[in-house]
Amino acid sequence: MHVPDGFFDAPTSIATGVVAVVAIGVSLRGARRELDDRTAPMAGLVAAFVFAAQMLNFPVGAGTSGHLMGGAVAAVLVGPWTAVLATSVVFVVQTLMFADGGITAIGTNITVMGLATVVVGYGVFRGLQAVLPKRLALVPVLAGIGAFASVPVASLLFVALYAVGGAAPVPLDTLTTAMVGVHSLIGIGEGLITFLAVAGIIAVRPDLVRGARPVLAERTLEIRTETTGATA
Amino acid sequence: MSAGRRTVSTRAVVVGALLVSLLLAGVVSLYAASTPDGLTKVSQDQGFAETETEHGAADGPFAGYDAGFVDGDLGGAVAGVAGVLVVLVLGTALTAVVRRRPGAGEPLDQTGP
Repeated sequence: MHVPDGFFDAPTSIATGVVAVVAIGVSLRGARRELDDRTAPMAGLVAAFVFAAQMLNFPVGAGTSGHLMGGAVAAVLVGPWTAVLATSVVFVVQTLMFADGGITAIGTNITVMGLATVVVGYGVFRGLQAVLPKRLALVPVLAGIGAFASVPVASLLFVALYAVGGAAPVPLDTLTTAMVGVHSLIGIGEGLITFLAVAGIIAVRPDLVRGARPVLAERTLEIRTETTGATA
Repeated sequence: MSAGRRTVSTRAVVVGALLVSLLLAGVVSLYAASTPDGLTKVSQDQGFAETETEHGAADGPFAGYDAGFVDGDLGGAVAGVAGVLVVLVLGTALTAVVRRRPGAGEPLDQTGP
């Protein structure tokens, strides 16, 4: 969903640019608390993985494709503040080095594809984690569900921005239907890739997945109280 | 945490995940769908695709995920690998700067689970 140059008027592009700069500034502070000895080696890697996965366009219906946005998978793996930084690095490299996503649209792309998917993906993930049983096997599933939800919401944010500062007069109802429709399908891919990536790391080192820490803490307590070992 | 899970070192996880990323960007990406993505398709269908303007970096050596100085499919593979490495270096550098700033690595979080 990389927004090219020209889709939005200057005020909107500047406004999303300001949003992105503020978000990155706040995230630089927030990430200090996330980046401990276990998260730090993963942060650059997660950015590299999101970049690689974004190259993999998968077909969604006739003549259309989609690819990972990555906010949800990054937030579950390394934490939401670090995820904002990691996805921002990806979008900046994509526009400057690969001409993917407009240079004047960098703020829009960071806001819509990075910020929105981190906030929604991580929000849904933590919300579900709070009400569901604390089981390690659920972590990749909940991450996948959060990722799935994040994509259509990001597409809605695009529509909202387009309503404010889109370059062409487009009927909003048909734009909404088209954008949310195709991005709900793309969300399925986002959910699957997120599930696989989180499950892959959890299979070998669950302690390296930041979103699994509440579960691991709970599990340690369970093992202390239940000496039968049935919880393993 | 069972003892068996801790036998994989962090370094092995990082190297393994990096290899997967390089494989995805350098090889698997050559087989990715080339149809327009969701937004591009919608912009064509709804008639606002033509508002797109020329990209300022369109003449760069890696523009369009194709290393122009390398022939054929290999150009895409080189571009993908280069992109993964550039993002990895920038992401790791940014992380290092954040950790070095005052207040980084406070014991608050290091006593976590």
